[in-house]
Amino acid sequence: MIINFAAFVVIAVVIVLLPRFMGEFRLSQFTFVALYFIALLGLNILTGYNGQISLGHGAFMGIGAYASALLILGRPGLEQYQLDPPSWLPLGDGMTPAFTIPLAGLVTGIIGLVVGVPALRLAGVSLALATFALAVSLPTIAKRFDQVTGGGGGLSLLLPETPFGWDISTRHWLYYEAWVTAGVMFLFAWLMVRGRLGRAWRSIRDGEVAAASSGVNPALYKTLAFGVSSFYAGVAGALLVIEVAFVNPDTFPVGLSILLLASTVIGGLGSLSGVLFGALVIEFLPVYSENPPLIDAEFSTQAPSVVFGALLIVIVFLLPGGFAGLLRQVGRWINRGVVRATTKRTAPAPTSDS
Amino acid sequence: MADFLQQVVSGLASGAIFASLALALVLIYRSTDVVNFAQGEMATFATYVAWSLMDHGMSYWPAFVLTLVLAFLGGATIERTLIRPVEHRPEIAIVIVTIGLLIALNGLTGWIWGAEVKAFDSPFPNETWDVGGVAISQQDIGVLVVCLLTVTALWAFFRFTTLGLVMRAVANEPTSSRLVGVRVGWMLALGWGLAAVLGAVAGMMAAPTLFLDPTMMLIVLIYAFAAAVLGGIDSPVGAVVGGLMLGVLINLLGAYVDFVGSELRLPTALFVLLVVLMIRPQGLFGHVAVRRV
Repeated sequence: MIINFAAFVVIAVVIVLLPRFMGEFRLSQFTFVALYFIALLGLNILTGYNGQISLGHGAFMGIGAYASALLILGRPGLEQYQLDPPSWLPLGDGMTPAFTIPLAGLVTGIIGLVVGVPALRLAGVSLALATFALAVSLPTIAKRFDQVTGGGGGLSLLLPETPFGWDISTRHWLYYEAWVTAGVMFLFAWLMVRGRLGRAWRSIRDGEVAAASSGVNPALYKTLAFGVSSFYAGVAGALLVIEVAFVNPDTFPVGLSILLLASTVIGGLGSLSGVLFGALVIEFLPVYSENPPLIDAEFSTQAPSVVFGALLIVIVFLLPGGFAGLLRQVGRWINRGVVRATTKRTAPAPTSDS
Repeated sequence: MADFLQQVVSGLASGAIFASLALALVLIYRSTDVVNFAQGEMATFATYVAWSLMDHGMSYWPAFVLTLVLAFLGGATIERTLIRPVEHRPEIAIVIVTIGLLIALNGLTGWIWGAEVKAFDSPFPNETWDVGGVAISQQDIGVLVVCLLTVTALWAFFRFTTLGLVMRAVANEPTSSRLVGVRVGWMLALGWGLAAVLGAVAGMMAAPTLFLDPTMMLIVLIYAFAAAVLGGIDSPVGAVVGGLMLGVLINLLGAYVDFVGSELRLPTALFVLLVVLMIRPQGLFGHVAVRRV
């Protein structure tokens, strides 16, 4: 407990101080780490704690991104692009980007439930099938309804200005905005999984029939997990669109959905301590497996996929707990070492009486 | 009317491709109890192998047969090396291994053959037959015949050979089969091999019209999922009927309903999937899963 808290404080301090040591490009990469962190938190709640697979979280990020972009632009903004959104859409007159984040989460949560509920009634992989189909079809849907989404050309936004008259650049502000959101979302996730809700989710994961006979309503709690999880993805998508100030149908390819699931497993299912590692992997592994450090070689642009896939399989084989499981194991070894060292010193010397 | 019939025939042709891949999914679902998300990528990989064989001067049908043999060996090897170690782990572990396989195979295909689109020869002439005023593409008929022949051959194998009988026994009662001396592990590998063969047929039939690129089968896989769910994920007959139905339905909707057009065909498959899950989760021919509580 004390170690966990100390680790949390150290990571928080590192995140606060990081911008002092890097340029805008690096900083933007770490903003992405923050939003992947949020998406992975949501996916881990669903897959790690509730045992359901979603292959559509990239698509849910996309829905959040579009929701946020549309709210930021508002009806006047869209009309500037010569778009003609249907009049029943409650778009408003444009909003401050930061305020759209929770709204984008809500919209995504609701759409997630519409897609998820039919599949959630069933056990097994129906949810994975339905969400995978959603992830593959989302780009074509976005292109089809081009009067709202701008079609293949997408929607462009303006980078927001740093508020409150702070003397930092926009990239810095967005970095802090993303990480503060990530911190809040982490806190919520932690509160959820440690309490009654988390217990219900885990009991369904470990045995749906047993959970139901102990009075846990599987359909209700599975739906809840899926809604919460889509909410997280929507928030991540909103942060993404605010950071890059652009969204089009190809911003969220099916590959992203698959990588999100892969990184959740690599970070460690059913544990929040590996999520940060998963987020770092998803942002930096593609860069480093294409141009590996230390070795003088340049691999194909396809190398990241091969590494990701192989890593995923190896982790399932050898390290089912993922990175978080490895941390726990190392912690246990250290603990055992400490115990052995102290007991040796304090153990009573054998007496010659017997 | 002539136009309508033409649309039905070309719908049946694409439906036959969906049916082959859906049947591959059902085969693995029945033996290993898991949906193989890498089925499409395995098919794409096999199709690239066929392309390479022909690129090295082989003519179509020998390359076709050799690819099926290689696909069979590849599928069986994947079961032996990647699926067997997680066989007794929770379902989610096996699904994640197939997803890892999907990512890795997709990357490997792009790595070996490059991401640019390749043309793939068709063994069938690009002409039409005139049947009572209806122009029927020989390409469509060829695809339909090859897919249905494969499916029939597979049905005959399961129905009339001892090995087929043993494999059905393993799918239904693995423990009892083991007790009477069946090598259950090898039967599962055989099932994966046959599924890979079906996928390879689907890939090679789809490639002339879709063109060959590393993500070629991704969309076909979604249609196959929808077809398998529509027919009942544990029913081989259902997979074939579901595939053909879906092919015709999507072709007709795309041709005659302006709202769907060519863009919303794929979301239509998603919609079918969701509606079936909502109204009849066991599909048209599937069995209701009875759980002991």
